[in-house]
Amino acid sequence: MTDTPRPVLHAKGISKFFPGTVALDNVDLTLHAGEIHALLGENGAGKSTLIKCLTGVYRRDGGEILLDGTSVDPKSTHHSQMLGIGTVYQEVNLLPNLTVAENLYLGRQPMRGPFVDRRKMNADAAVSLRGFGINVDPTQPLFSYSVAIQQVVAIARAVEMSGKVLILDEPTASLDHDEVQLLFGVIRRLKTRGLAVVFITHFLDQVFDICDSATVLRNGQVVGRRDLAETTRNDVISLMLGRQLAARVRAPAPAVGGRTLLQIESLQKTGMLDPFTLDLHEGEVVGLAGLLGSGRTETANLIFGAVKADQGRLRLRGQDIQVRNPRDAVAHGFALCPEDRKTEGIVGDLSVRDNIVLALQARQGWMRPVPRKKIDAIAQHYVRTLDIRLANLDMPIRLLSGGNQQKALLARWLATDPDVLILDEPTRGIDIGAHAEIIALIGRLQQDGMALLVASSEMEELVAYANRVVVLRDRRQVGELVGEDVTADNIVRAIAADPVSAAVA
Amino acid sequence: MIRSTHLPLLVTLATFVLAYALCASQYPAMLSLRVVANLLTDNAFLGIVAVGMTFVILSGGIDLSVGSVIAFTGVFLAVILRDTSIHPLAAFALVLVITATFGAAMGAIIHYLEMPAFIVTLAGMFLARGAAYVLSTDSVPITHEFYNTLQQIYWKTASGGRFRLIGGVMILTFIVGALVAHRTRFGQNVYALGGGGTTARLMGVPLASTTIGIYAISGGLAGLSGIVFSLYTSAGYSLATVGVELDAIAAVVIGGTLLTGGYGFVAGTFFGILIMGLIQTYIVFDGSLSSWWTKIVIGGLLFAFILLQKGLTWASTARRKAATGFVTPS
Repeated sequence: MTDTPRPVLHAKGISKFFPGTVALDNVDLTLHAGEIHALLGENGAGKSTLIKCLTGVYRRDGGEILLDGTSVDPKSTHHSQMLGIGTVYQEVNLLPNLTVAENLYLGRQPMRGPFVDRRKMNADAAVSLRGFGINVDPTQPLFSYSVAIQQVVAIARAVEMSGKVLILDEPTASLDHDEVQLLFGVIRRLKTRGLAVVFITHFLDQVFDICDSATVLRNGQVVGRRDLAETTRNDVISLMLGRQLAARVRAPAPAVGGRTLLQIESLQKTGMLDPFTLDLHEGEVVGLAGLLGSGRTETANLIFGAVKADQGRLRLRGQDIQVRNPRDAVAHGFALCPEDRKTEGIVGDLSVRDNIVLALQARQGWMRPVPRKKIDAIAQHYVRTLDIRLANLDMPIRLLSGGNQQKALLARWLATDPDVLILDEPTRGIDIGAHAEIIALIGRLQQDGMALLVASSEMEELVAYANRVVVLRDRRQVGELVGEDVTADNIVRAIAADPVSAAVA
Repeated sequence: MIRSTHLPLLVTLATFVLAYALCASQYPAMLSLRVVANLLTDNAFLGIVAVGMTFVILSGGIDLSVGSVIAFTGVFLAVILRDTSIHPLAAFALVLVITATFGAAMGAIIHYLEMPAFIVTLAGMFLARGAAYVLSTDSVPITHEFYNTLQQIYWKTASGGRFRLIGGVMILTFIVGALVAHRTRFGQNVYALGGGGTTARLMGVPLASTTIGIYAISGGLAGLSGIVFSLYTSAGYSLATVGVELDAIAAVVIGGTLLTGGYGFVAGTFFGILIMGLIQTYIVFDGSLSSWWTKIVIGGLLFAFILLQKGLTWASTARRKAATGFVTPS
């Protein structure tokens, strides 16, 4: 941090509401010149909403943005760029069909008379990019360079056009180690030029590597601002994941006499998950904990066959089974509620009834339609027992609230009467009431003898329902907590234990 | 080093040279300047409209209305010169304004109503054809002496070939078109639009004025093509130039422009036109072949170029993947 009295960018009390949810609640963000500031938080914490409010993609519902002390009101990304706030996204927002120089100078090309002065443009581009530490031929089309180089070109464009604040939204997500170092070199040069940089990433090592300070968001609120030189990883992780409810709720003990139901042996896929081994018992809830990108979702998808594993064995009640695709998994009594409800779960335009009966009908095959009467009975049963709130069963499911959609998805799988239920972030993006109901439902299913595997980024939630927690880090199984040991503190410790050697994407 | 974006252009060029060499080896007379001059004259109207089509396709769009606009222009000129005493030059200016405005209107609809160019220009095709019918259903001859004057302008070579005015107009259109596409901000915006509309907007490209400008150019050049066609045939006929929009699209694609937009060169379209003209000339020389063989060869060439483009796309994405490595699926 510098001693500059006045911050370059000061966002005060930013609020943003979406129907049914508060995406940002009175959020403050302060940036000084020459500062690299990390914006941290799990998915849905409000990072991208905050960025979108700062860059004019969304109109904020409350608060003030001060840039160099003057109040600004960005109306579009282009407008915010003109004001001095440039943004570079994970997916490079440049045109692959144009040359490097054309991308760098699109809309502000040096002209000679009515024509673009290509020679000057190419020369300028080469000089400019050398200033960012890369040596490329600016006359080559952009697509011929790696994503890292494309990122640097995007950064160069943003910096040359804005020059005050640079927002980097997960720029390293698809880069390898060397490319990350190249990018960090560029960012450090910008720091010495006096730019204020906002860095968003899920890789904590990178945060501690390059950032000076951090603001942590959780559920749309700022839960802390830290000077990273004086902060530990544990502290940051607990801020991100939260631990307020840790001591209050306990998972019920596993149903007595739970026999081993599913044995997972060395399930792995190169680049997605290192060998994963787990025994799952009847009447047991096993949690999967880890930061984003640690392999939670990958584990769930591999077990369900949504992604084909390279190696590994699955044994159900002692019998070897083959799960090559979700169809096989469903036939063996598996069910998976995916993380991304909107794209992988619901079929938005179909009615709630059709959505609920979808998995059951799929298992039966299209030759044997489920009788209409039975469909109605099933749908009504689950609407009642899960308390799904809707006007009628014929309404398209996309009109339901997030929590009710999630319950309808649970109903879809419960209707198939599964033995193994895998839930990936079952409480993401739903309101508090539905949250509690889903946690209670997990408890009920467990008491009924079902085996559940639940991946979640909410630690207190895991503590509330899991009998065991498997901790993942960098796509590896790094620890397991059982019974009384399942506490938020222990989970954080397991996740943070010995800093991982530089981030690998 | 040869850029991969230049490769389709080079393939077009090689195809042309190869085809010409084959033709010449069989009929040495095809090497004469007279043949070259006729190639330019006979394809002048198609070449001019193909320049406009190149802009449209570079931006990722399509313009199906141009054939009808050519016919409308011809009928409009014939009728106006028959029924009024307006000087042809004034009539030319008038019809260029009308056709450019027509194109601009289609561009505005495509942009502001977010409609697919295919549908909007399909409607434009029917509209222009219908308007031509309304003016006259018969072929109307043009007898104005100014037309004779224009038709008599040519440069005669020693061997008796005649490079006529309309061929020159086409070449001029190609030169201006290439300068606009490759050397101006507007041209860069056309390529940007073809590379990705959303990204182009985020980078500050004025989408509205660019889209409207592109279709205005295409409409205006269809008008110019109509003028040239009326000079070529000395008549206006509402049933003329049916399907010319498809010939123009074929010439653009054979010229190496990617049908999905973003990659290509105006010069490529020129050689696309020459290749198509060459096939026709060959069939004339042969004498025994049905002229429908032109269509078959063009169809085969189109397939070959589509495969080539697909192959290049695959090659470039495969290379990019290698450079990117594993992408976090979260």
